[in-house]
Parts: sequence; C-alpha cells; structure tokens
Amino acid sequence: MPSDSALRIVWIYPDLLSTYGDQGNVLVLEQRAQRRGIATETVHVRSADPVPETGDIYLIGGGEDRPQILAAERLRRDGGLRSAIGRGAAMLAVCAGYQIMGSTFGGEEGQPVDGLGLLDIASSRGPARAVGELVAEVDSALGLPTLTGFENHMGVTRLGPGARPLSRTIKGVGNGDGFEGCYAGHVVGTYLHGPALARNPALADLLLGWIVGELAPLDDTRYEQLRQERLGAVLSA
Amino acid sequence: MTQLPLRAQLASALGRSAATLSRMTGRGDGSVIGGRVGLMLEPDLLRKLARDRKLALVSATNGKTTTTRLITSALLELGEVATNAFGANMPAGHVSALSQHKGAPYGVLEVDEKYLPEVLDTTGAGVVCLMNLSRDQMDRAAEIWLLAQKWRRALSGRPTHVIANCDDPLVTWGASTAAQVTWVAGGQRWKEDSWCCPECGGPLDRKDADWACRECTFHRPEPHWVLDDDAVLDPRGQRWLLDIQLPGLANRSNAVMALAVAETFGLPVDRALPRLREVTSVAGRYTTVQRDGRHARLLLAKNPAGWLEAFDVSDPRQPIILSVNAQGPDGRDTSWLWDVDYRILRGRPVFVTGERRLDLALRLDVADVPFALCESFSEALAMQPPGPVDVIANYTAFQQIRSEFGRAV
Repeated sequence: MPSDSALRIVWIYPDLLSTYGDQGNVLVLEQRAQRRGIATETVHVRSADPVPETGDIYLIGGGEDRPQILAAERLRRDGGLRSAIGRGAAMLAVCAGYQIMGSTFGGEEGQPVDGLGLLDIASSRGPARAVGELVAEVDSALGLPTLTGFENHMGVTRLGPGARPLSRTIKGVGNGDGFEGCYAGHVVGTYLHGPALARNPALADLLLGWIVGELAPLDDTRYEQLRQERLGAVLSA
Repeated sequence: MTQLPLRAQLASALGRSAATLSRMTGRGDGSVIGGRVGLMLEPDLLRKLARDRKLALVSATNGKTTTTRLITSALLELGEVATNAFGANMPAGHVSALSQHKGAPYGVLEVDEKYLPEVLDTTGAGVVCLMNLSRDQMDRAAEIWLLAQKWRRALSGRPTHVIANCDDPLVTWGASTAAQVTWVAGGQRWKEDSWCCPECGGPLDRKDADWACRECTFHRPEPHWVLDDDAVLDPRGQRWLLDIQLPGLANRSNAVMALAVAETFGLPVDRALPRLREVTSVAGRYTTVQRDGRHARLLLAKNPAGWLEAFDVSDPRQPIILSVNAQGPDGRDTSWLWDVDYRILRGRPVFVTGERRLDLALRLDVADVPFALCESFSEALAMQPPGPVDVIANYTAFQQIRSEFGRAV
C-alpha cells in the first residue's frame, strides 16, 4: 500500500448482500486500522455502480437467494473485482458472497448458477439448513486462534486443488465436509456470517497485514471477553 | 353469531380452562396454551371461531402489537372486539383470542409474518393491514423478499381489502396482488432493505417519499391516506391532528394505519381518533416503572429498524440502559447488532446489561460509544441518579424487566 494514501476498503453491494450485520466486518476493519494510526477510506458500492479496481480490501456479505443470483450476474458483468484480486487486493467473502466466488452455486430451486470463479470451489444446496454457532481450528499455516461465529445457510461447498480449507470444524457444519471456509492468495471465504471479524479479530488482522505488512498489537480486551464467553458457552453445551 | 358445533364449543371451553390454569399458576398469560389445547381437540377450530365475524389481520416486522391494539381500541366504538392483545400471534393465539370473546362481532388479530397466508386462508379475514418489512433475526425469521412473495400469492384472487404502507417498497409489492388496496403513506425510516426493486432487482430511485424502479415500471402508488408529521390527511383531503399519547413517528404511522382500517369497518376518523388517543402503553411498551426514585421508561426493540424507532422515541437528555438477550424468541444470533447505528448515543450516559451484554459491549466499543457494563438490570437501575431513564431491551430482555415489575402493562 502506498504510504501517502489511506487504506481503501470496498464493501460490495450492501444493497443486495448485507442481511446479517455484514457492516460489522467493515466497522471492525476500520477500527483496527485507525487504532494503529492507519487512515481508512470506505466505499459502499451499490449494485447499479461499478466496482472500483483500486481497493485494498474487498468485503462481500450474505443474503437471500434472489439477491445472491443478481449479485453474481452483476459482478460477472462488471469485472472490477476480478481485476482487483488479480492485482493482489485482499477479500473476505461471507456466506452467499463466499459461494458467489466459486465456479457455481445453488439457486432458489437448487438450480446451478454460475459464480465468478475467483476461488476454486463449487457450491450446491444441501439437504438441510445449517443454523447455529460454529467453532473451528484454523489451518496451522495461517497461525490464527480458534475461529468462532454463527452460520446460517443451506450451502454445501467442495474445494478444488486451488483452494485450502480455512479451518477444521469442531462444532457446526461449515462447508459440509468437516472443514469451514477456504483461502487462496489474499482471498478468504467463510460461512461465518455477518460480523465474523468481530468474533475473530485475528482474521481482520490477517487481511490488514496482507496489505500493510506488520501490525502493532492492540488492546483486545473487549474482543477477548466476547470470544471467551462464546467459546465457553458453545463448547460446554 | 351462529352457534358453534358441539365439538368446537367443547374444544373452545377446555382451551379457556387451560388458559385460566396457566394464568393462575403464574406460567404465562395463557394465550398460547389455551389455543393449543383447543386446536388439539378440534383442528378446524380457528376456521369455526372466525366464521361470521368481521376480521382484520395485522402483520409487519415491527409495530404489530401496537397497531393491533390501536385498531382494537377504535373498533370498540362499534362493539365487542376479540383480539390477541399480548402478541401471541400464531394460530394457537388466534384460537385463544376468539374463544375468549365468542360473541364478539369483530376481531383484530396480530399475525406473525410467516403465518399470514395460512391464517388468511383459514379465517377468510376481510381486511388485512400490512405496515413494514425489514430484516429480523435471520435464524428465526423468514427472508423478507421470500415473505413478500408469499403474501402476494396468498392475497391473489381473494376479495380481501388490504390496507398497506406504500412508503415501504417491499410491502407495496407484497400487497399489490390484492383485489382492493388502500394505500397509506405511513413513512419508512429504515431503508436498508429496500434499495432494490422487489419486482426486478433493479435500483430504486428515491426522491423524498417517492420511489420508482430505474429499470421496470414498479413505482410507489398514489396514497389515499398520508401521514404528515403530527397530522394525517384522509382520503378526502381533510387534515386531522393526531395528538396521540404513544410517542414517536412509528406510532403516528401505526395510528394512521389504524384509522384507515377503522374506516373499512365503517368507523369515521372523528369517532376513531379519540379512541386512539386513549392508548398510553401496549403490553408494557412505553410504560414507565418506578423504583427508588428512578422512573424507567420501557422501550422494546427487536431488530435494527426497531432500534431506530426506539432511538427516535428516547430522550437524548437522559441516561439510557440497553439490555440484549439471545434466547429463541430474540434470535440466537446477535449479528443484527452490527446493523444498528449506535453512534447516536455518543454523549449520553449508557449502561449495558442482558445475557449478551458482551456482544453489545464490543459493538459499542467499535462505535466509540462509552458505556458502563452491568451484571443485571437492577444493578444498572441502581447506578442511575433519581429521575427519568430510558430503557431499550429486546424481546426476552424486555419481558424479564417487565416481570420484575409485576408484568407491567
């Protein structure tokens, strides 16, 4: 990131995909950058507008079936996100947004819908809705603490050789095969919906670190209190 | 009213006994258990109880209980009204409400958004009042686009008269298959769920209250009733000062919906409005409870749109206690906290409690809102100086506070 400019956060299509408090991920990234003295500039890109190619971190969230299909169609036509990822920008894709990044996903009636192919994954509609708290151990190569969050989806996602599982599930469904989420390059996909970064500040720092390099530590008391309370409640249940 | 068949009479009577027992043993207000018992004995009980009455169904994401209460208060001007006043808004609650007022010629039923098609089909209600649709706790509520689609199917081909808020594009879409619609410009504060056209997915252009799709012909219908700040313009263009006691814009909107519904029952504004003005609190909402010189006003907010309305009502000069739980009726997922803009609380003394206070604490921390974390509502209240304080709580947190004060109404 050039030192003379602010960190550019691009939130893709909040008008279509922001059903689950997805704004939380934007706010957490902003806060964690700003508390380290890094200025931020956030762009909310509505679905009728072009996706800028010059962002640093892209966020895309969860939503209903129909908006998901509309978002996939528009992003395929737009091309801005593809260019940005090609340049090395980071992305967190959540739930419906995660599925869109693959080659295909299941529509309202389970019909296959084309995705963007930015991640080597393919999703389809599963037999039952996965709703509840999720706990998973992150791939040791990333060196992150336990993943905690909430999932609410009907998707089943299979990873191809071009994507690595983000984590192995201890509680919850995730991709549906014992793993949750995936990553490749600077792109992370997850079923942990909404404010996944509020429950996993280390994941926020992973994205920030990819763009700005080494990060100063922060006082994470509030985050840690919430993490410990949730992990305690979920793992003892 | 025609006489109920014997089996339905028995089912209805046993249901009422179960409800009484539930109340006497302090287990609840009895409106759900009574209806369940009745339905077990006579599955067709709701249809039978609804027959020969003039019914209005009330549905929305927010304001169902209050609007149901306002319509009921108005219709009491005409005669006895059966209603589910305490928010038991699924078929068991409807059975219970109608059983308790067997002779009432009128009924006003609050209906859960998901159950509206089924309840409309079963009761054949002549009037349906639809106010707003916005994101709710997604692990328990249905997706709203899908919900509006189901309303469209349910209303299509029926003689139902719908009263709908045309300032909410999704409600407009959901209502527009009905044979007859009275459009009410009731306002829409929360707009985050209606930037896209429900018909085609294109962008909605907005100018003041007006909205229209940029890509298809879907647009805001011409309203018959208009909420204009603290007054209403009726279909004849006559302006009435609302002057209701329930606070906030959302309640003025609910009042206008109630006036429009009342008119379909033949009750004119000059007779309905004085009745609406008598309502001061609804099932504990907006009521003020007292303890040791503290006057706590109770506001219920269950989702982001509801919090926006609660902030509108709340007095910025006063301290505020926030309480959040995540039990089944609240939604077990607290993600929605991130859709609420808490920055409006900056500069006010804020106290945070409830079973999920740590979720709220982090949310406020990220919004740069200073606060004090409290183990319980009692502790938070004890930290207040004598005088008024506002309380905003979500569903079960609200009920817990209410029961501390003897189920305050």
